[in-house]
Amino acid sequence: MDKNSNAYTFIFAIIMVVVVAAILAFTSTSLQEKQNANVRQEKKQNILYTVGVDSVMVDGEKQELTRPLAEANFDKYIKKMVALNKDGAVAEDVDAFKIDLAKELKKPIEEQVFPLYEAEVQGETYYIIPIRGKGLWGAIWGYISLKNDVNTVKGVIFDHKSETPGLGAEITKAWFEERFSDERIFDSSGNLVGVSVVKGYGGGNDKEDNAVNAISGATVTGDGVSDMIEERLSHYLPYFKKQENFKVAVK
Amino acid sequence: MAKENNTQEKVSSKEEAKKKEMILFLSNSEEKEHFLSKQNRKLLSDPLNDDNPITVQVLGICSALAITVQLEPAIVMSIAVMAVMAFSNMIVSMIRNLIPSRIRIIVQLVIVAALVILVDQILKAYAYDVSKQLSVFVGLIITNCIVMGRLEAFALGNGVYKSLLDGIGNAAGYGFILIVVAFFRELLGSGKLFGYEVLGHKGVTVAESSGLYALGYENNGLMLLSPMALIIVGIIIWIQRSRNRKLIEEA
Repeated sequence: MDKNSNAYTFIFAIIMVVVVAAILAFTSTSLQEKQNANVRQEKKQNILYTVGVDSVMVDGEKQELTRPLAEANFDKYIKKMVALNKDGAVAEDVDAFKIDLAKELKKPIEEQVFPLYEAEVQGETYYIIPIRGKGLWGAIWGYISLKNDVNTVKGVIFDHKSETPGLGAEITKAWFEERFSDERIFDSSGNLVGVSVVKGYGGGNDKEDNAVNAISGATVTGDGVSDMIEERLSHYLPYFKKQENFKVAVK
Repeated sequence: MAKENNTQEKVSSKEEAKKKEMILFLSNSEEKEHFLSKQNRKLLSDPLNDDNPITVQVLGICSALAITVQLEPAIVMSIAVMAVMAFSNMIVSMIRNLIPSRIRIIVQLVIVAALVILVDQILKAYAYDVSKQLSVFVGLIITNCIVMGRLEAFALGNGVYKSLLDGIGNAAGYGFILIVVAFFRELLGSGKLFGYEVLGHKGVTVAESSGLYALGYENNGLMLLSPMALIIVGIIIWIQRSRNRKLIEEA
């Protein structure tokens, strides 16, 4: 057959596309379950990290919290998962763990649901709030956990889609995340301000100023972190105000 | 009469050999050659030196800018590029006699894209952490000019084994430059190598610092920005051409 004829070209193209599509479809479906399990386990691992659970006891030995271990121990620490409406009421029919913040953020605020996790670690209760916002190149997200005064940050964990390695991507590093622990999310007059990432921060170890030091070269990503913390937390205020057993420092 | 028969036979046996060659995807000349002959070794070593894809062929500059802020992503990226190039060169060389020349670019693109998706899917399932670190850059391998450049320039006209060597050699030459650039950018830009603080710890003040920082040394923030990668590549080209003057083009 003439290799330069139209018929040959078409047949070749068709066969190639079918073969390639079949290979890709097969790989995708056969690996799908494993990929989803990785994502689910990582989510549980991240949630546990924010409340300081980074190792668990396995057969009397302390072991680092790997993804499979996070899955196995998740229910031991997370006591309650609820989805909230904008007015602070609990949406009973929504599975909080399955809420996809990326999809929620596209809806108008009134229709969004806000997941809230309650954890108990060594007798202390913590509240974990998933956060999500925009970095420089794409989405950034993470979890922030609050102590039971709903003011002091216990821990944070961040992740990103496509921030620059060495610059914006550094928000995922422990040394940056540690700056947030014990910071307050309410200012001294009781307004919710979140924790701001500030360039040229001079506050040293001051935990009451609602600010932490930024990463040099990652200004936009840092602003994104500040914005998402403040924006997401503000939607939980109505719920926190309703809880009478909370010692919330709000006006 | 007998003579004519003879020539006909010769022709048909030649054709048969060619057919066999197409089916087995091997050329006669290759079978006879030792598999690490001088010529084959040159395919591997040339791209590291006088035929480097970045400094001499000037391909793949775009990714050299993006991922050389730190050593680790640079190394992982080099390995991923090597895998994709070795396989795509091999596959294209296997079917080089079947590809209709009018759609050859599209065919190459489909093959490279399919391989990249495969790599991405497998990483997501079995090496989740690595895949997260590479994030968008895996997808960007498709647009790496080196891959397409070598397919066009080499794999379409050479045997399978030689193409495989060419792919590995060029990916190694690319990776080598990437790693050299990343070494200087990470060391001078953030004072670290593989994330370790090799120049000492940088505290908030000089008094809190150790190592070089205690003497008043400062990181060069410019190193973290993309233009510095171009300048470092330029310096490498300068050094290479002053050592090997035959690379200098006539003005």
